[in-house]
Amino acid sequence: MFEFTADEIDAIRLSLWVASIGIAASLPFGMFVAYALARWRFPGKIFLDALVHMPLVLPPVVTGYILLILFGRRGPIGVWLEQTFGIVFSFRWTGAALAAAVMGFPLMVRAIRLSLESTDRRLEDASRTLGANGLTTFFLVTLPLALPGIIAGLVLAFAKALGEFGATITFVSNIPGETRTLPAAIYTFTQVPGGDAGAFRLAAVAMVIALGALVISEVLARKTAARIEG
Amino acid sequence: MFEVSIQAPLGEFNLDASFRSESMVTALSGPSGSGKSSIVAAIGGLVKPKRGKIAVNGHTLFDSDARLAVPPHKRGMRIVFQESRLFPHFTVAQNLMFGRWLAGKKRDAQFDEVVALLGIEPLLSRRPRKLSGGERQRVAIGRALLADPQALLLDEPLASLDAARKEEIIPYLTRLVLSAKIPVLYVSHANDEIERLAQTVVKIDGGRVTEIKKH
Repeated sequence: MFEFTADEIDAIRLSLWVASIGIAASLPFGMFVAYALARWRFPGKIFLDALVHMPLVLPPVVTGYILLILFGRRGPIGVWLEQTFGIVFSFRWTGAALAAAVMGFPLMVRAIRLSLESTDRRLEDASRTLGANGLTTFFLVTLPLALPGIIAGLVLAFAKALGEFGATITFVSNIPGETRTLPAAIYTFTQVPGGDAGAFRLAAVAMVIALGALVISEVLARKTAARIEG
Repeated sequence: MFEVSIQAPLGEFNLDASFRSESMVTALSGPSGSGKSSIVAAIGGLVKPKRGKIAVNGHTLFDSDARLAVPPHKRGMRIVFQESRLFPHFTVAQNLMFGRWLAGKKRDAQFDEVVALLGIEPLLSRRPRKLSGGERQRVAIGRALLADPQALLLDEPLASLDAARKEEIIPYLTRLVLSAKIPVLYVSHANDEIERLAQTVVKIDGGRVTEIKKH
């Protein structure tokens, strides 16, 4: 029953890879946007906030379609990225990673923003009067204090990215070994006669990964909280 | 030592305070909400006055006419806050070393000296959360002293402590103030023991200086 075929192993590995790369690559952006939303006042802030949350409320197919228009082979950003950096998204695993990142982004930003908003600004003031500039204060005081929230944001975004289906399949299709992630593989199995066993195995894997991610995040969050509080 | 002349909005009224003190130890005293903490924050660079001038020890830190505002981390104004503001994710020793570490210094004789002066040796490996209010304030004073201060600003360091804790910390503060080699600004809202050690007392009320006494 639990003997995986090569295609299934491929889908599992690809999913973990795509979600990891997507989330890791979006973390710096997520930190920056969360910091801007938590700490800065600027015109258009409410629109940035809304834009970041869009993938949460839009049908994933629409998000995938927008990605296709912007980042596809003939999309304005897609063309620019290919000419400047040689990065191609369409029908590649990189596109799946981008879709995963975009779909996980709102959850990541939300968790990091909340934890930045709840860190004690007065400690940052204390740091600055002791000789630390803004950047040093961020790394020595703000970041460690916000760490539990950052971890929570990462895990949530990772779980969301792992389950991403609609945007991915719209943007980069369902190519075995390239863009066929776990959900796409499960979907494919359900569409063919005799695919039940495969679908069941992959569904079990998805559940184990999701459960594992939640347990790990909880343990990490408790450990960091304990470390911070002493 | 302290030369302050600033205007800034402050709650329902305006802070408009000017004073000058050539004493090593200056006390700033007045009721709660009179603007004392705002003056400390302005000297430390944490808030920017609307206009005016601040100089400490002959160094101009802020001058609105000259469009000068030295950033807080370059002022060397070490503040001991009422609520100590120790970093919860660092041990006592790491808190004490914060400023020294930023200045590229190691644990040295001065570190041991300050630790001994404040009697905080047994606390070094503990976290701030595990300390009593009085212990926290002693560590906060040590942290400020060890960060090579140009001046020490004590913003009501006793206000959040009960009577017993005050008694615990007053001998340390007295020793510190009496041996001050750098300008000290001591802020309090009660006419307390430490204030009486100051050579100059600046009284403040409603955001204005009402009296300057020299001993």
